[in-house]
Amino acid sequence: MTEHPQLLVHDHKDNVGVVVVENLKAGTDMLCVVTEDNSSFRMTCDDDVPIGHKVALKDIASGDVAVKYGEDIGRFKAEVKKGRHVHVHNLKTNRW
Amino acid sequence: MPIDTKRKFMGYRRENGRVGVRNHVVILPVDDISNACCEAVANNIKGTLALPHAYGRLQFGADLDLHFRTMIGTGANPNVAACIVVGIEPGWTQKIADGIAETGKPVAAFSIEQNGDLKTIMDVSRKAQQFVQWATEVQKVECDVSELWISTKCGESDTTTGLGSCPTVGNMYDKLIPEGIYGVFGETSEITGAEHICQKRAVDEEVGERWYKMWKSYQDDVIFAHATNDLSESQPTKGNIEGGLTTIEEKALGNLEKIGRECKFIDILEPAEAPQKGKGLYFMDTSSAAAECVTLMGAAGYVIHTFPTGQGNVIGNPIVPVVKISANPRTLRTMSEHIDVDVTGILRRDMTIDQAGDALIEMIMRTANGRHTAAEALGHREFVMTKLYRSA
Repeated sequence: MTEHPQLLVHDHKDNVGVVVVENLKAGTDMLCVVTEDNSSFRMTCDDDVPIGHKVALKDIASGDVAVKYGEDIGRFKAEVKKGRHVHVHNLKTNRW
Repeated sequence: MPIDTKRKFMGYRRENGRVGVRNHVVILPVDDISNACCEAVANNIKGTLALPHAYGRLQFGADLDLHFRTMIGTGANPNVAACIVVGIEPGWTQKIADGIAETGKPVAAFSIEQNGDLKTIMDVSRKAQQFVQWATEVQKVECDVSELWISTKCGESDTTTGLGSCPTVGNMYDKLIPEGIYGVFGETSEITGAEHICQKRAVDEEVGERWYKMWKSYQDDVIFAHATNDLSESQPTKGNIEGGLTTIEEKALGNLEKIGRECKFIDILEPAEAPQKGKGLYFMDTSSAAAECVTLMGAAGYVIHTFPTGQGNVIGNPIVPVVKISANPRTLRTMSEHIDVDVTGILRRDMTIDQAGDALIEMIMRTANGRHTAAEALGHREFVMTKLYRSA
C-alpha cells in the first residue's frame, strides 16, 4: 500500500477510530482502515487531533455508548459530530 | 504451527534443569538496612549485582509470606548463577538462603549484627569473589525455545499498544505457547472493562470462576476500599490519557490483546508464585505498576519479559531482560534508544501482526543468546517489592 492510513478502526461495530499519524490538521481527508478485515473508507477530520487520540466515525448523541474493539468503552457525556475529536472532554468510563 | 528447529539458543542450564539467559551473581539484601552492605560488596567485586529495596522489617502475615516468596524466587531465578543473602540478623537471612539453595545453586548467607558493616562487607566480598570466578567459567549450552519462561506486562500504554505492540506479544504467545514455553500476564486492575472477555480465556469454568473472584476482590478490597476520587488520573494514567486512552475499559481491551487469539490461561498465581501446572499460560494477580509487576514475575521464575509500550515506559529489571516493543511513531522518533522491537509498520499497514510476532520472536532469541536489551544497556534495574499493607 503506497498511501498510509491516518486513521485505524478495530472493528466494524466501532463508532470511534484512532489517529495514527502526527500533526493531523482539521480538514484532512483521511484514509481510514478497519484492521479487522483491512477494508477502508475515507472521512474528513474536523479537528486538529494528536496521534493516538480518537475521532467520531458518525454523529453521536450525549448518553450514547462508545464502541471500540466492538465493545463498550464508556458513555458519551456530550453530543459529538462525525469527524470530531473524542477524549476525556466528551467521553467517560462506566466504571469509576 | 510447525516446530522451527532453528529456534535454539545458547543459555545457562542450572542445577535444577531450568534454563537461564543471564549469569548474574546476586548480592541480595533481606531488608532495607542491609542495602548499604550489599552495595559496598557490589562495588568491591566486579561482576556482582546488588538488589537494594525498601522493605523487609516488621512485616507479618501474607505480606511477610510475599516478601519471602519474592526474595527466594529472585535468588532462585535461572538468570542468577549464584546468590549471597545478607540480612541484619541470621534468622530470616538463613530462611531465604535455604529457600534459594533448594535449586542446587551456590548460595551463602551473612548477617550484620555482632559483625558490623565493615567485617560483613569483607566476608561477603571474599565469598562473592569466589562465586564470580566460578560463575564466569559456567559454559553456555544449546537450549530450545520451549525451555523459555516468557512474561508480559505493558506500560505507558496508549491507543497504539492495543493496535500494534500488544497484539504482537499475543501473536508471539499464540506461536510459542504451543511449542511448550511458560507464559504469564497479570495487571489485575487493568483488566477492568474486559473482565468478561478475560474470564472466557480461562482453560475451564473452574479456573474462570476463580479468576473472576480474584479480580472482584481486587476491585473491592484494593480499589474501592482506598479510592478517594474516581481514579481519573490513576487508571488510565496521565501518560495514557496524553496518548489518547480515555477510559479504563478502552485500556483494558488493548491490554488483553497481549494474550493473542488462541491461548487459554491454565491457572492463577499469587504474586511471585511459581507456576505449578506445567507449561502454558498463567495469570498472576499483580498491580499494574510496571516495576512491581516485572519484579513479581521474575520472582516466579520467568527469564525474559516482553513489554509493549506506547508513550515510552523506560523500565528495566536487574535480573530479567525486558524487551520493549512499540508501534508509536512519535515514541520511536523521540526515544528510540528505549525500544528493542519497532512495530510502527503495523500502523502504516506495511507490517502484519504475524510479521510483527516473528520479529519479536527473533528479538527474544537474540536476547536469550545474550544481546543486551535497551533497558539493560541503559542501566535500568528497577527492583520493586510489592507490599500488601503497613508493617507491625
